[in-house]
Amino acid sequence: MAKNDVKVLGAWPSPYVMRPRIALNIKSVNYDFLEETFGSKSELLLQSNPVHKKVPVLIHGDKPICESMIIVEYIDEVWTSGPSILPSDPYDRAIQRFWAAYVDEKFFAAMKGLRSAQGEERKAFLDQVTEGLALLEEAFGKCSKGKAFFGGDRIGLLDIAFGSFLGWLKVTEKVNGVKLLDEAKTPGLVKWAERFCADAAVKSVMPETEKLLEVSKVLAAKMKGAPPPKN
Amino acid sequence: MASSAVVTANQLIIMAELKLFRTWSSRFSLRVVWALDLKGIQYDTIFEDLSNKSSLLLQYNPVYKKVPVLVHNGKPLLESLVILEYIDETWKQTPLLPEDPSERAMARFWAKFGDDKVLPSIWNVFIKQGKDQEEAIVTAQENLGCVERQLTGKKFFNGETIGLVDLAFGWLANLLSVFEEVCGVTLIDLEKFPLLLEWIQNFADAPIIKESWPPRDKLITKYQALHEVYTSKEAPK
Repeated sequence: MAKNDVKVLGAWPSPYVMRPRIALNIKSVNYDFLEETFGSKSELLLQSNPVHKKVPVLIHGDKPICESMIIVEYIDEVWTSGPSILPSDPYDRAIQRFWAAYVDEKFFAAMKGLRSAQGEERKAFLDQVTEGLALLEEAFGKCSKGKAFFGGDRIGLLDIAFGSFLGWLKVTEKVNGVKLLDEAKTPGLVKWAERFCADAAVKSVMPETEKLLEVSKVLAAKMKGAPPPKN
Repeated sequence: MASSAVVTANQLIIMAELKLFRTWSSRFSLRVVWALDLKGIQYDTIFEDLSNKSSLLLQYNPVYKKVPVLVHNGKPLLESLVILEYIDETWKQTPLLPEDPSERAMARFWAKFGDDKVLPSIWNVFIKQGKDQEEAIVTAQENLGCVERQLTGKKFFNGETIGLVDLAFGWLANLLSVFEEVCGVTLIDLEKFPLLLEWIQNFADAPIIKESWPPRDKLITKYQALHEVYTSKEAPK
């Protein structure tokens, strides 16, 4: 079997790694998925991302591209025959990029905080997450303009940026015993989430919530100071 | 009929206006100033006082309530790097990003590295003291080392001409020395960072760029006051 010109270095539970995989699926590009072993970093990863030493990395030919949303934009710019991931209008592109950055900077920080917080802190992070989801519900209304996705008829940049967190969002709901995406408060997002997870480009790379829950337990144990891994 | 046609023309003029909300010192707003000036685009400037934000700013940027905000045809654009890409896509002269997708990805990578890693690590040096500051200096210099290597064989990060990454790192050319002076630490020296020091000189003196530097003495005063707040014994965590 011929080796693919396109490789993604990553780990299946990572929402960041999902992003370039969804983008490549949208463009119908075949790629090799090179999975990193949990707890260690391969030579290839250290060579292709010496600055951050993190996944995902896209290797196209011999060129490494790093940072998930930068990889998504790269994919959109290289494979122009497939459906567009970013809209063509500069203002619409700016709106998608703005909210994608919001998801990564503010929303993710709140989600991460909620997962590890205790007591009083938990309520504060829960409020932040709820607030964030309210903003994203409003953004969904404006961006989708009545259509299925933030990107319109098809999945776009912001769908990928936010949708990749849906698995971990469900884990957070289960672990904390809260409903974050709610038919009453975020009806648009609830339906969008169903459509996103069912989309052909997403289905094969979105991990099952049960499997993510297991990973979540391992990570939680690690944070609480479980015995260090053997070198 | 004639009067309604005149009203429509005025409305078009108002709609076509470009307004930049900024502060005199904001390093992020300066990126947008440079981008617009490099492309020769006309715009109005509204200076904000962040201790007393205007209702317009709050209306245009309810999520972050920050500058810069660029309003084009009545529509607000937020986040300096997002704004820079918008400017580059809307006005094609003097391009800020290269054409090749992998070079564009590299440019975006380094701009993000600057904001996510370099800036916070240097800020840490500025606000900390003693052993904490020593550790912060190590991290900051490691990050600056990555940046130094990007300048190998190049006058600017973008090559022969100024581009997005140069604008993103612009604050290194004025604020870094302000921080160094105020907190008495030299982060970049000629031995370890010759290329960065040369870039700082080239960038600081570049046409268009040099016209917008905020006054250094005002910056020193501002950051001296901030430094006192962070390093006084009663400083809140």
